Amino acid sequence: MNYTLLVAGAMVGLSASGVVDPAWAQADANAARYVAANCANCHGTTGVAKGAMHSLAGQSKERLAETTRAFRDGKRPATVMHQIAKGYTDQQIDAIAEHFSNQKAAR
Amino acid sequence: MSTRAFSRREVLKFSAAGVAAGALGACASTPGSKGKVVVVGGGWGGATAAKYTRLWSDGAIDVTLIEPNRSFVSCPISNLVIGGSRTIEQLTTSYDGLRKHGVNVVHDTVTAIDADKKQVRLASGGSLSFDRAVVSPGIEFMYDQVKGMSAAATETIPHAWKAGPQTLLLRRQLEAMADGGVVVLSVPLAPYRCPPGPYERACQIAHYLKTRKPKSKLIVLDANPQVTSKGPLFTRVWKEDYADIVDYRANMAVAEVDVKGKRFTTSLGDNVTGDVLNLIPPQRAADIARDAGLITANNRWCEVDWLTMESVKVKNVHVLGDATLSAPLMPKSGHMANQHAKAAAAAIVEVMNGRPPVPPMMANTCYSFIDDKNAIHVASVHRWVAEKKTMEVVAGASGVSGPDRAQWAFEGQYAWGWAQTVWADMLA
Repeated sequence: MNYTLLVAGAMVGLSASGVVDPAWAQADANAARYVAANCANCHGTTGVAKGAMHSLAGQSKERLAETTRAFRDGKRPATVMHQIAKGYTDQQIDAIAEHFSNQKAAR
Repeated sequence: MSTRAFSRREVLKFSAAGVAAGALGACASTPGSKGKVVVVGGGWGGATAAKYTRLWSDGAIDVTLIEPNRSFVSCPISNLVIGGSRTIEQLTTSYDGLRKHGVNVVHDTVTAIDADKKQVRLASGGSLSFDRAVVSPGIEFMYDQVKGMSAAATETIPHAWKAGPQTLLLRRQLEAMADGGVVVLSVPLAPYRCPPGPYERACQIAHYLKTRKPKSKLIVLDANPQVTSKGPLFTRVWKEDYADIVDYRANMAVAEVDVKGKRFTTSLGDNVTGDVLNLIPPQRAADIARDAGLITANNRWCEVDWLTMESVKVKNVHVLGDATLSAPLMPKSGHMANQHAKAAAAAIVEVMNGRPPVPPMMANTCYSFIDDKNAIHVASVHRWVAEKKTMEVVAGASGVSGPDRAQWAFEGQYAWGWAQTVWADMLA
């Protein structure tokens, strides 16, 4: 068992009886925003960054997840992200990507 | 199927252990049961905790932040004020952004935390009640560890380790020094606030001297056996960029100060005099943490339950930032304090809603400027390890800047972007 819970919003929990437990659904949704807050220091509370830092808000979930995995796997050059991206599971990366894809991009 | 890691049984065990039994179901559909949080200290940890508790409770938790200073001045980047490439105004942010999130910002000083009565007392005379307190008090200097040193002596020998007037004092002293002068920087034994900070400061002072007063020298007296953070990178920079300026000496703890004679004496008896002296004193968690009984390790630091950031000793009081006894390989950094704050805010929101806390993840990135444009970093990602009840670095998820100096120019731009973004993450 590991503690990498991080579930995308759609993957709600089921109780033993097979009924969706609203507590689990809430926990799953909240877990995504908590792990995404790891990124907010550099990329902004809602994924809108300042200066040379890259904004994540409003980009497609697929693109954000693919880019992060490319950093992790050394397929895309980086200054820092190749180290940071190794800290998260695929599920966490998907949850983070979904979270920022749902944020409003700056105009 | 759920990819969640803890089982329903474990959650129920959790409830029995502390979270109100039965609340799990009852409150599940109504996010944000009311509660009162008092945050002590508006620095990197406290400001972030105040904002995110409001944000994640959808405004359902009342948050009061108590901070004596009228505005926030950032320690990170303050070495660049000493080096001359940034101004203190660029590092200063108002607390008004927190007010927009509904945080009740009170400019006062907390004189006591009574965990039994769930009250904090204020210097102005009043008191505030809380369901949970978040204490992010920062550090206190242990002047008594250095003979001859005192708070008063910092007017002559600044620490410049809390950003503000001290930063500007050290800058003025460097500006007033004649070309050909000697600057002496004393680094305390780890752990101290901001592991790479003293070495970034050495770079900033050296950059100023090289460009403005090239006949001058900087002597670094390091109490540690080697450079504490980014060692090979800093050592290389001093050799390649500042060879005629920086004289780095390891294992040199300053034991005594002659304030008038501007002289440091090391524990080995060496005397080092200078025109400008900068002593970074040894540190511990601030007085309010000690007085509240939160200091539990070596009379210096506060141990916390990393799952919630709650004190291991004082119930309903969470401790953040540099004041904590660090988890393995976790730096005392502003960035880290921000991440502590988010873990505490998340735990408070979940628990106040009758749900178990979510096991935290935390990331850290510390940039250090080696001159006015180029920066190097150290980064790491930490995860909660239930079996060990601590945070550990995820295997492979840490490192420093690569050797290619062309990248350091990009990192300099990212570092300034980081500063602006993280200040907004805390305060906007």
